[in-house]
Amino acid sequence: MAASSDRNPPPFPGTEELETGQTDMADGDSDEGEDIFVSNSNPVSVSRGVSQPDRVSEEPPDLFSEEEADSTTAKSNGVHSDDDNDLFAEAHVELGTDKSTRSAQKDLPTSSGPRPATSFTQSPASLQPTSLEQLEEEEATDSFDVDVAVTNPEKVGDGMNAYVAYKVSTRTSLAMFRNKTFSVRRRFSDFLGLYEKLSVKQSLHGCIIPPPPEKSVVGMTKVKVGMDDPSSVEFVERRRAALERYLQRIVSHPSLLQDPDVREFLERDELPRAVNTQALSGAGFLKMITKASDAVNKMTIKMNESDTWFEDKFQEVETEEQQLRKLHAMVDSLVNHRKELCGNTAVFAKSMAMLGNSEDNTALSRALSQLAEVEDKMEQLHQEQAASDFFILAELLADYIRLVGAVRGCFDQRMRAWQRWQEAQSTLQKKREAEAKLLWANKPDKLQQAKEEITEWESRVTQYERDFDRIGMAVRKEVLRFEKEKAKDFKSQIIKYLEAMMQSQQRLVKFWEAFLPEAKAIA
Amino acid sequence: MMEEAKDEASVLSVHGDDIKVTEVLKDGDTLTFLIISKKDRHKPVVSPVFQLSGTGEYHVDRTYDDFEWLQQHLFAQEDVPGIQGVIFPPLPAKPQVNASAKTMKQLGILGLGEWQPYCKAMETFLRQVAAHSVLCRNKAVEVFLTSSAPPGRQKIRKNIFNRLSQAVEEMRKEGHKDVDEFFQTERDRNLVLTSCTKTAAEKFLDMVLTEQKIAVACGHFSAALHLLVEPGEDADKQAFSRVCVKLSEVFESMKKNMTSVAENNMSTLGLGLDLESRHQEAEKEMLFRRTCKLVELESTKRNAEKAKPVKKLAMEEVKKAAETEFEHICRVAKQEITRFEKVRVEMLQQALVQWCEKQLLTAKESADQFNKHLQVFGGMA
Repeated sequence: MAASSDRNPPPFPGTEELETGQTDMADGDSDEGEDIFVSNSNPVSVSRGVSQPDRVSEEPPDLFSEEEADSTTAKSNGVHSDDDNDLFAEAHVELGTDKSTRSAQKDLPTSSGPRPATSFTQSPASLQPTSLEQLEEEEATDSFDVDVAVTNPEKVGDGMNAYVAYKVSTRTSLAMFRNKTFSVRRRFSDFLGLYEKLSVKQSLHGCIIPPPPEKSVVGMTKVKVGMDDPSSVEFVERRRAALERYLQRIVSHPSLLQDPDVREFLERDELPRAVNTQALSGAGFLKMITKASDAVNKMTIKMNESDTWFEDKFQEVETEEQQLRKLHAMVDSLVNHRKELCGNTAVFAKSMAMLGNSEDNTALSRALSQLAEVEDKMEQLHQEQAASDFFILAELLADYIRLVGAVRGCFDQRMRAWQRWQEAQSTLQKKREAEAKLLWANKPDKLQQAKEEITEWESRVTQYERDFDRIGMAVRKEVLRFEKEKAKDFKSQIIKYLEAMMQSQQRLVKFWEAFLPEAKAIA
Repeated sequence: MMEEAKDEASVLSVHGDDIKVTEVLKDGDTLTFLIISKKDRHKPVVSPVFQLSGTGEYHVDRTYDDFEWLQQHLFAQEDVPGIQGVIFPPLPAKPQVNASAKTMKQLGILGLGEWQPYCKAMETFLRQVAAHSVLCRNKAVEVFLTSSAPPGRQKIRKNIFNRLSQAVEEMRKEGHKDVDEFFQTERDRNLVLTSCTKTAAEKFLDMVLTEQKIAVACGHFSAALHLLVEPGEDADKQAFSRVCVKLSEVFESMKKNMTSVAENNMSTLGLGLDLESRHQEAEKEMLFRRTCKLVELESTKRNAEKAKPVKKLAMEEVKKAAETEFEHICRVAKQEITRFEKVRVEMLQQALVQWCEKQLLTAKESADQFNKHLQVFGGMA
């Protein structure tokens, strides 16, 4: 998939420039978003294009009037800048083929004049559904209506109070958003705050909420001191990419996308500072999960599963987490070896340069100096390969370790729901017994109260039972969705990785081809 | 004298440039090499006792100690005038099972346990000896290459040709100013090149070791990916399992690729740098021997001058002898240096070209592999 080549992970610092484009970073962002949940933007857009004609012919007048309005809004809205257009420009090259399909269709039913160039960015707007049913229909076709990109990390402030602000840009065709494209600035604690809000709300719904990247005191302290050294640059880039994936996962989740907090996060200019994010530091996050597991283990009444599906799945999930951790450790080790190779190569290059300088034989001297240059280029290649290993593979595994943890959290939620139901049942039982006692003791005044309490608890029991069933179904659905996304995610990331590796090898071939005549020329 | 020797070419009954060390057998610390040399049909067979296989080839097996025996014989040719001016082809250090850190450092790339490069290094040694107009005349060479029985095992008495002794007085002589500009320049250049080459060889070895580590890591990852494969009929599970299996294959080819890269490095440039480094050392030893002789000569001159009339004649004799010997050495040395310069440039060029060609081929194969993998992934549901 060609798109992914735009979004090569940047090399580890130490390389001056990456031929395939650090500069392309901004442009390719939205593509990366699409890559992650490929619904490969190409095939999907094609299907979009195919399914479009129906809608388009239904609503041409609305579409175009909306488009016009939007494009003017787009222009007048101060939030928009050229950056936004550039940000997604790359994507349009991709969608170009689809656009022609769509525009061909569009041109048929109407005779609206040539649209202004900026409407290029609005072409996805043609997909804009005007009703909830259409929204659901779109979900069903697995199309992608929201793209989020996280870019431009900037240090704000000085000293220990400094923080990094990221630009969060959204491009969407959904009606629930005020605009089609917009961006805001957010800091890391804002992302954590969003997670916390979602966790609290969605906990009863059995939703798998994608976890954000962990806090890192060490990393951030380095950044506060200065953003220029290589490890800080790497840290910031790693975090930026992780935050982007985090948001992409949230917005591609149909239920989460509907959450007003998500919308607020994406749209609102100023967010109130998120407090209480201590709980969501790396350690805090893990503590939360283990606390939930402990609570479940401490339950005196063991759940009697009528359906082994949940037990089996839970086992699978636990095993998978362990395996992912093992794999992640291995990739980490690979990354370290590659970095080591970078160092070795650089040192060797220097030693060859020195040897070349000491050589009297001119042809040999030149060849040795060329060799030193080839080795320098190879060092850069190794840097890029290490970056690929890290930013693509290692981070993929790390993401899924966190995600699988979230899946476990889901199961725990279901357990808690069950527990609540059981407790309510036992309370109800106690109330009934109390009522019986009161009947026997003949205390009519207290009896009334007892009866009321029983009614209350009866309805609670019913409610909690329904909750439990509902959460069970939701968890099942979520897990299935998770597995589907996981397969897609892995596939698309691996394709990205392979493309990066192949490009490296091709460049390597060129280096060797260039050196061969030099070697042969030694008299 | 020495010049005519070149026209007579080799007195060996075998083709010097065709000697092969084809195999090595390891038994504890004992290494036995199989050496094959082709009979030169234009030369008479030296003695009918020596065996000859039907193909006109001599197949002999020799241990590392036999090589040392040969080398000692070459060093011991004190009757050959100017022998000390010869740059002796260097013999690789002896690999040991539990080698000390010092030995490992000495062995360099040859200590990695890959026998192919080591055999090549031994082969080069033999070819260089056979090609050397002076050295090849030593009977020991013929015996070594053609005798079916192992050459004698008697220890030769130590001589000054052993590795540069690190005695303090010796070190002092190393810096002694020369009387001849040609040699002073050569000594200076050799000093720089020896250390640069040694460093380059060491750093190259570091690179190769890391490449091997990467290959191993890829292999581990490839195997571990199978952990993620789950049985089941679920379509998504199967899709995920397929992805894991394919990725495992990718890393297996990455491992093979890295292994090839490391092997290519070792067998071409690694070997070349090692050879160059040892040759520079050999030249250094020769120059040092000459310098020592120079110091000795100057001392005899002083003695002759200072000598009392009684001793004067004797001292003059000593001085004359020293002068003659020194002249011989200088003449041989000059020739050797010229020859050496040509040979080493050729050798380095060969190493560089081979290295580049092999790595180019490996890189092309690897790019192809990745392409194939990409297509497989792209085609997966």
